[in-house]
Amino acid sequence: MSVDGVLGVPPRTTATRRVNFWRWVRSDLRAVLSLGYLFILIFVSVFAWKIAPYSPIEQNVTELLMEPTWSHWLGTDDLGRDVLSRLIWGAPNSLYAAFLAVTVAIVLGVPLGLLIGFLGGWFDELMSRFIDALLSFPPIVLAIAVTGALGIGLTNAMLSVGFVFAPVLARIVRAQTLVVKSALYVDAARGFGAGTGHIIWRHILPNAIQPVIVQVTLMLAIALLAEASLSFLSLGVQPPQASWGGMLARAYNYIELAPAQMYAPGFAILLTALAFNALGESILVALDPTMKRR
Amino acid sequence: MSRLPFLIGSRLWQLLPIIVFATFVVFSLLQLVPGDPALVLAGDYASRERIEEIRQLYGFDKPFVVQYGAWLWHVVQGDLGKSLLSSAPVYDLILQRMPNTLLIATYALLIASLIGIPLGVLAATKVGSRIDSFVTSVASLGVALPSFWLAILLVVTFSMDLHWLPATGARPFSVEPGRAIAHATLPAIALAVGVIAELARQVRSALIEVLGSQYVRTLRAKGLSPISVLWKHGLRNVSVTMLTILGLQVNRLFSGAVVIEAVFAIPGAGQLVAYSAINKDYPVVQGVVLVFVVMVILINLIVDVLSALLDPRAAES
Amino acid sequence: MTDLSGAVDILVVDDLDVTFKGRRRNQKVRAVEGVGFTVREGETFGVIGESGSGKSTLGRCIVCLVPPSGGRVLHFGKDPFALSASELRRHRRGFQIIFQDPNAALDPRMTILESVREPLDVAGIGTAQERRVKALEMLDRVALAPELALRYPHEISGGQKQRANIARALVLEPSLIVCDEVVAALDVSIQADMLNLFAKLQREFSLTYVFISHDLRVVAHVSDRVAVMYCGKLMELAPAEDLMAAPLHPYSQALLSAEPEPQPAHLRNKKRIILKGEIPSPLNPPSGCRFHTRCPIAVAECATREPEWREVLPGRWAACHFAGAPVPAVSDATVEVLRP
Repeated sequence: MSVDGVLGVPPRTTATRRVNFWRWVRSDLRAVLSLGYLFILIFVSVFAWKIAPYSPIEQNVTELLMEPTWSHWLGTDDLGRDVLSRLIWGAPNSLYAAFLAVTVAIVLGVPLGLLIGFLGGWFDELMSRFIDALLSFPPIVLAIAVTGALGIGLTNAMLSVGFVFAPVLARIVRAQTLVVKSALYVDAARGFGAGTGHIIWRHILPNAIQPVIVQVTLMLAIALLAEASLSFLSLGVQPPQASWGGMLARAYNYIELAPAQMYAPGFAILLTALAFNALGESILVALDPTMKRR
Repeated sequence: MSRLPFLIGSRLWQLLPIIVFATFVVFSLLQLVPGDPALVLAGDYASRERIEEIRQLYGFDKPFVVQYGAWLWHVVQGDLGKSLLSSAPVYDLILQRMPNTLLIATYALLIASLIGIPLGVLAATKVGSRIDSFVTSVASLGVALPSFWLAILLVVTFSMDLHWLPATGARPFSVEPGRAIAHATLPAIALAVGVIAELARQVRSALIEVLGSQYVRTLRAKGLSPISVLWKHGLRNVSVTMLTILGLQVNRLFSGAVVIEAVFAIPGAGQLVAYSAINKDYPVVQGVVLVFVVMVILINLIVDVLSALLDPRAAES
Repeated sequence: MTDLSGAVDILVVDDLDVTFKGRRRNQKVRAVEGVGFTVREGETFGVIGESGSGKSTLGRCIVCLVPPSGGRVLHFGKDPFALSASELRRHRRGFQIIFQDPNAALDPRMTILESVREPLDVAGIGTAQERRVKALEMLDRVALAPELALRYPHEISGGQKQRANIARALVLEPSLIVCDEVVAALDVSIQADMLNLFAKLQREFSLTYVFISHDLRVVAHVSDRVAVMYCGKLMELAPAEDLMAAPLHPYSQALLSAEPEPQPAHLRNKKRIILKGEIPSPLNPPSGCRFHTRCPIAVAECATREPEWREVLPGRWAACHFAGAPVPAVSDATVEVLRP
């Protein structure tokens, strides 16, 4: 018996999908632009080795600190490296950093929040104070300290940032878990014999995940800025690898000789952070029907 | 006010576990370092005796909790250990550097409040207008702007091109306040922009909520002018929220200061922690982080107590 | 009414206490205290009480959602709380509950079909396709249009949601269903429909119901026997017809007299007893008889000595010193008597 046929659900056609797509583009242009920009950035990151006109680390002492030319669109840096190529190679590093930090935050924070919310009681009291304590640290300062302890480098720096973000997610997930845990449909599920695992997987997680998605998208922007800051402080990406923050730090050293080199990496960071933020806000509006556009 | 000591006492009591956990986190930082902590603390060129001495001093041969207790006992007495690089007491190093950080942070908070709060109020009173969308856009931009990049752009414009303000260094505020302010101005502006954006956003949404509430609509319906509704009811009810929002910015300011100090070569606590982290000077890192977190917790205590005094409802919770 | 002679005792509630921790330390909320009755297979057992009387807690305890703090609950003579966690999970499929709020009882992120299928998924019965077919069949049995199966709870009406809840409770083919105020949240216009559905399902699935409500008409209409609960305790237990015709306990009398009569005021011949005051807090229940603070016939003794739960007439139990005895004069101080 074909169940769908019985149910009389109209199959979704390409035509209706296309209409929905254009409606979405018109209703949320900002999200579309952000998403488009991020897709391009991911594309550039994946194919950096093909797109970049020069090697990002190969030095050329005959072409130091050149103004933009036809062969070097954004000029060259103090070691004669092509700035455009370094900018392109900075993209995968920045995206890797942002996604690594956020993944660490999710892996640590979400289960912790679930556990705290689910167990409740004195465990909740204790862990909530612990989370409060972690959130009292200025995030970059704590990330610097943890990076220093683990050893400097991009991966360690982003593990640290993820560690600093984790309590934020844990707190959100805990609050959601507490709400869902006492929902009547969870009682109903226990009533027909569902175990704790089933309740967490089928009820608590799907209902708690919404604010997490929003927060995670916004966190990508913060992680990106943190990566740039840490690389600027030479705690993140180590030379000769390219990173936008590191490029700014370098450019700042010879700012009087080539002030124009300040702009490209800065704009790259700004645009990417803006895109993540815009996407996060759009998801917030899209997921919450009560958040109508003002 | 007679309930003030009680209020402070009860809040301190609530904060106590947070402070204990925070110190525990700071102490645990050393455990993250791969390898024998005694070797790490002794540095690369230490003699065997020196390593043994450090092991004894910190009690690394004893259980973790005992080590923590011993460390905390020293910290409470103001002994944060010695720098591995300069052998100077960490406490003295922080005391030297912290005023520079606090100057730019306070300065930035002042600038941010003077610009961010009015912007948020303006946007909230004219929701949907051009001013509102302008403020909202500027705020989104400000949140995404890397502060150190802005700092560099400020240096290029105001120091190198216009020669209005100095680009690097700091002066002690107590000795030459005028020049100290001049040196702190660009860093404070760079630091303030992100906070302005955050304040404008949050004040806007908090005020929109109050102005949209049932009782404000009732007041409007009774014929009160929008201005007096805003001043008498809107802002008064939002003031506690604003205080909380301001308190939360302290974290952001300290975080930003670390990076900004690097741009302006300000010998502050932020620069100290970054430099020490790179050079594996762990006692200094621990000391600075500890001082930062204690300051944040104390500022939150002050905010809490002030909110309780302003709003009787907050006092009960 | 159903002939129940020789039927099995499907549920025994024996001297049951349920106590919760209060907000403050050492504070105890006695939601259910010393409640005992027996439900026979195929019967509809009504429980009536005001909000706060502990009737919902009783219902939750019957299906093992709340553990008893004293006394026992027996399913077919066995104590479900003595089972191991995994045995209990399997056992409780036979004892289901339907809640008052049909909306809150459905996960907003699951379609109706997913919700109805969920008990089968948990039980691991059959293949995914078989479970789907079974769930759809169950939706049909509760007269829920199949095109609603793929909708989400917020897309359908309250009555439809309650039908989905019934289907979910039925899908495991339980022996007993606790119906906790199942029609209270619904429009009066569809309450009768829903009660007819319950009656039809009882015949089709040979179900036993524990039917909890604050609405005397509803309970009396569907039940074989009715227990009256007040402030955590049973006040009276009687066959539904007897209770409606001649209640023994003054609380039952008050409940009955408060029922609106489908007649104009000047044709009504009953005195109307309106209880004064609120139901006492279970944090601090009254001494003696729990009802004495609002009872129209209370005497000094009622405040000190707790009435015994006794069989006043064959099959009719009550907890009142004066049940079955001549009633002392009603004092106007505690009750307002409306005469026609």
